[in-house]
Amino acid sequence: MEIEKMTALELSKAIRERKISSCEAVKSVFSQIDKWEDKTQSYLDIYRKEALKEAEQTDKEIAEGIFRSPLAGVPVAVKDNICINGKRTTCASKILENFVPAYDAEVISRLRAAGMVMIGKTNMDEFAMGSTTETSAYQTTRNPWNTACVPGGSSGGSCAAVAAGEAFLALGSDTGGSIRQPSAFCGVTGIKPTYGTVSRYGLIAYASSLDQIGPVGKNTADCAALLEILAGKDQKDSTSIKRGDLDFSSALTGEVKGMKIGVPEEFLAEGITEEVKASFLEALKAYETMGASVEFFSLKTVKYMIPAYYIIACAEASSNLERFDGVKYGFRASDYEGLHDMYKRTRSLGFGEEVKRRIMLGSFVLSSGYYDAYYLKALRTKALIQREFTAAFQKYDVILAPAAPYTAPRIGESLKDPLTMYLGDIYTVAVNLCGLPGISLPCGRDREGLPIGMQIIGGLLQEKKLLCAASAYEAYRGRFETAAERGMA
Amino acid sequence: MGKIDDATIENVSILAKLFLTEEEKEKAREEMQKMLDYVETLMELDTDGVNPETHIFGSENVFREDEVTNTDQREAMLSNAPKQKEGQYQVPKTIG
Repeated sequence: MEIEKMTALELSKAIRERKISSCEAVKSVFSQIDKWEDKTQSYLDIYRKEALKEAEQTDKEIAEGIFRSPLAGVPVAVKDNICINGKRTTCASKILENFVPAYDAEVISRLRAAGMVMIGKTNMDEFAMGSTTETSAYQTTRNPWNTACVPGGSSGGSCAAVAAGEAFLALGSDTGGSIRQPSAFCGVTGIKPTYGTVSRYGLIAYASSLDQIGPVGKNTADCAALLEILAGKDQKDSTSIKRGDLDFSSALTGEVKGMKIGVPEEFLAEGITEEVKASFLEALKAYETMGASVEFFSLKTVKYMIPAYYIIACAEASSNLERFDGVKYGFRASDYEGLHDMYKRTRSLGFGEEVKRRIMLGSFVLSSGYYDAYYLKALRTKALIQREFTAAFQKYDVILAPAAPYTAPRIGESLKDPLTMYLGDIYTVAVNLCGLPGISLPCGRDREGLPIGMQIIGGLLQEKKLLCAASAYEAYRGRFETAAERGMA
Repeated sequence: MGKIDDATIENVSILAKLFLTEEEKEKAREEMQKMLDYVETLMELDTDGVNPETHIFGSENVFREDEVTNTDQREAMLSNAPKQKEGQYQVPKTIG
């Protein structure tokens, strides 16, 4: 089997059995990058020398019989809002164009400890604010299935890289759907874990109460294996939690007989394209065929999810992004009069439009006179949304939903009207507001061949249930080829 | 509620520490108005007696001994600063 067609676990098995070396795996990734990167523009930085060095080290260890983890020797890409010691970390923003962290994010320490090989940094929406990866200050990443389309966002570079075979696995981050939606658009699999499962130390914050790092891969088993490496309590992130059930791969039984699945009927009522809806309904049928029960139920807070999400996310963003002021790191404007003018001009030139829009909205909803009416109202709404999900999970093991209302839009279409773009997040934001785990995986393709994704949502800490449900669907569906394998990029 | 006028945008640009041209102000006013009109739908939801939720798992103080565990990274930190002087961050003059 050609290396690039392997899943991460197939590759790591071959590496362990010394049929393929980690160096060969890395070289294979670089040859895919040479083939596709001009078209997809997935990466902001590529570590050609260091990756080979790391791979050599892993090969040496394996020759000595040391296997650091089930993914030892596997190349992985990293979203550019995650700090790597000594490597430029820009958040795809001009304001951090020269920022070189002096430390590793906790997840990076974990990748190193697992013997995984870092290939480079992937493109994203600036500070993870966007749904298309078009707000990047540096480049427009293109969907490997059709380069006229966006890869989704904000982890668009990570998802495009996996889809194009330019990485076996990637790290993304998800604040309102930023792993799940681009995974759907690119025909790959991505997990947003329960809040607190993965340490946020070294993840440049967008909205701290919603942000989680998670894996992107070719299938559920690869993502589960990477999540096992990433997850765990970290003293450096006080919101990270200690949990004893991190053996996620053990849940991939494919057995859903008797599983109770709930589907919010409001999700299919409006705004969804016929093709996405049809594909989703087919997936529901598949679950019934496999012996699960599927029931529609009413989720009455659906229309309040996006308003509550954008108020809370922007409020937190306005506070988190205060630190970018031209003093300690990054870009500083060259013309200014005095300190405050320096702050203002630096931020105005350093931030892109979407980031400024969200900082302003956040500043407004937190300002005196509006705090109660908007910010507190949004937090109360979030409590009501949480109550509804808690009640739903008393009846159902998992909730199924589409990952996005449509397939990947054309480049340039979405940024014309920000509000319309925000509405596309309807199926993903509640998961973050409630801290729930969610997985997005491919369930079909539209007439143009663009992938369609579905989402499985679990109750708090119920990753295993959603992984079980996902593995069953994959067994039923069969292998979903990547864009590179189909040669469509 | 939530009418965005020029004074609001002025105030927001001060809070957000952003310099906006007249054109940008006008655009920001329009966009923020549109967004607020949209989120207005929250106001129809009865949230009386509902606590504003911030944390998913509640929050408890985490205590530990205050011990230095990291090494001196002054040079590495300073090397990211746009301007530095004598081992410190340099900013424009703040006192006359």
